[in-house]
Amino acid sequence: MKEFTYIIKDPNGIHARPAGMLVKEASLYQAEILLEKEGKQADAKRIFSIMGLGIQQGQAVTVRITGKDEEAAQEAMQRFMEENL
Amino acid sequence: MQTYHGKSAFGGVAIGKIRIWKKNVHKVKRVRVDSVSEEKHRFYQACEKAKEELQGLYRSACNEVGEANAAIFEIHQMMLMDDDYLEAVEGLITGQEINAEYAVAVTGERFATMFASMQDSYMQARAEDVKDISERVLRILNGEEEMQTVEQDPVILVAEDLAPSETVQLDKSKILAFVTRKGSVNSHTAILARTMNIPAIVGAKIPLDEIEEGVFGAVDGDGGILYYDPDKETLAKMEEKQNKEQEQKLLLETLKKKENCTIDGRCIQLYANIGNPEDLALVLQNDAGGIGLFRSEFLYLERNDFPGEEEQFSVYKSVLESMAGKKVIIRTLDLGADKQADYIGLATEENPALGVRGIRYCLKNPKVFRTQLRALFRAGVYGNLSIMYPMIISCAELKQIQEHVAVITEELTREGIPFVVPEQGIMIETPAGVMLAEELAQEVSFFSIGTNDLSQYTLAIDRQNAALDGMYDPRSEAILRMIERTIACGHKAGIWVGICGELGADTTLTETFLKMGVDELSVAPGRVLSVRKAIRETNCGTGGMRKDG
Repeated sequence: MKEFTYIIKDPNGIHARPAGMLVKEASLYQAEILLEKEGKQADAKRIFSIMGLGIQQGQAVTVRITGKDEEAAQEAMQRFMEENL
Repeated sequence: MQTYHGKSAFGGVAIGKIRIWKKNVHKVKRVRVDSVSEEKHRFYQACEKAKEELQGLYRSACNEVGEANAAIFEIHQMMLMDDDYLEAVEGLITGQEINAEYAVAVTGERFATMFASMQDSYMQARAEDVKDISERVLRILNGEEEMQTVEQDPVILVAEDLAPSETVQLDKSKILAFVTRKGSVNSHTAILARTMNIPAIVGAKIPLDEIEEGVFGAVDGDGGILYYDPDKETLAKMEEKQNKEQEQKLLLETLKKKENCTIDGRCIQLYANIGNPEDLALVLQNDAGGIGLFRSEFLYLERNDFPGEEEQFSVYKSVLESMAGKKVIIRTLDLGADKQADYIGLATEENPALGVRGIRYCLKNPKVFRTQLRALFRAGVYGNLSIMYPMIISCAELKQIQEHVAVITEELTREGIPFVVPEQGIMIETPAGVMLAEELAQEVSFFSIGTNDLSQYTLAIDRQNAALDGMYDPRSEAILRMIERTIACGHKAGIWVGICGELGADTTLTETFLKMGVDELSVAPGRVLSVRKAIRETNCGTGGMRKDG
């Protein structure tokens, strides 16, 4: 399992549009990708699940990735978050 | 006449007949089904059709309102493909052996409730997206086509609520304004209305059953007011407002992107004055070349404690980024006993206009001053920033300021935080400033003449004193000579001189200022184009020629 924590910098937090982009990105990988905020978990491949976390600027999100292509997925997710969130 | 108040989602005046927009309400019955698998198949087929429709909507919205605003229809498609959503509907169909319509309605309701109960107002507004996709699937399941509106004449559309897809599908040439009972300024309808430049009011408590279609209405988008069946007086008022808007629009079209140059080719900078980041849109809409006076007091007023460095930094940074390289001149804190908040604790003064205010307050409260300067210096990295100090009356003040600047420069360097020392200038708004302009010009990079205070101090007349109204004449020769002197002293020292007070927007004086050699005028955003017009009609008689005709 791979894991990293990212602090959201986007002033809008994870709104509908970035959540959609996140789903698109996560869906490219087979690995299970979970987001966790304050003990609540969400599946990064499900848009309602992500939006349901209501992630805002300044909040820490832990990303846990498990699966065959976890290394590539971690790299991609990290880059995606740094560029977009 | 009835008057209904709501929130303004987009400004502008609209006058016309009212059309009440009613949704096809899908009454959903719970029905047991024989074949669960057939019902699931119906549902998935409806989803496919819905996705196709959304794809089409996405494309037309891209053309109409741009990709960023159209993205919502892509999100809708994703919601329709979301496993949580699909599993919930499927689970209901299978578990209870019921019809797809009922399963979709219940699931939609459940997801909408989840969003509606979230804390963030943006997320709350997303409940309408979920309802929108549910309605779409329900309509397809019922075998209905997408609704189209055919209007004869343009109308004011009054609705309970408008789904984002409805807003995009309506023929905009037939819509004068949107007025909805529900919806927030964050809703997509509001956002789309802004993009399409259609006046819009949300949250107006209109009794839809009591009003009639075809009756005249007038929408005051700025005030968020709908006048239903307006009386003559109101109608005349709104028509006048509409005319003014149209004049301004015409002016905008002919003068946008034109240079601020006189007939003989003397060009100056024309900027806008603002007091809040919310006014940034106005600055850009009116095609100002930059911000000539950004009052920073909004950060300090109407709150309970001083704003911290990080808070200020992020506000300044976002302003600079929004202006994308255009000049932004931020005035450092300009408080006085007559303009303060409780926590600041300025003592009541007998004569606040002559009291602890402007730079005097800052120099007496170095912590407050330095916090602001640090935030400004750090934000300076992100754009074209200048700063100016208010109420300067002596070179000694400038010396004190520079001591703070030196300390902050040293601090930020030591801490390894990126920063720039912005271009620094001063407000010339006291007679002392004018008389010492020669010396002051040696110490700073620019002057900005604050004609409001300068007039009141020069004429010794309180602007608020109604008894002296007739005597308060900012066009007085006394003031004009002060301005002339300031410009001359500035130019002698090789620095630029601007005017940021109200007088700068007085187009009867534009020619006078240009002939005095003023380098910059900064006026209210709504005045930018009128002043540009005045500049372009002036001939300073230098014998030159303007380039853009």
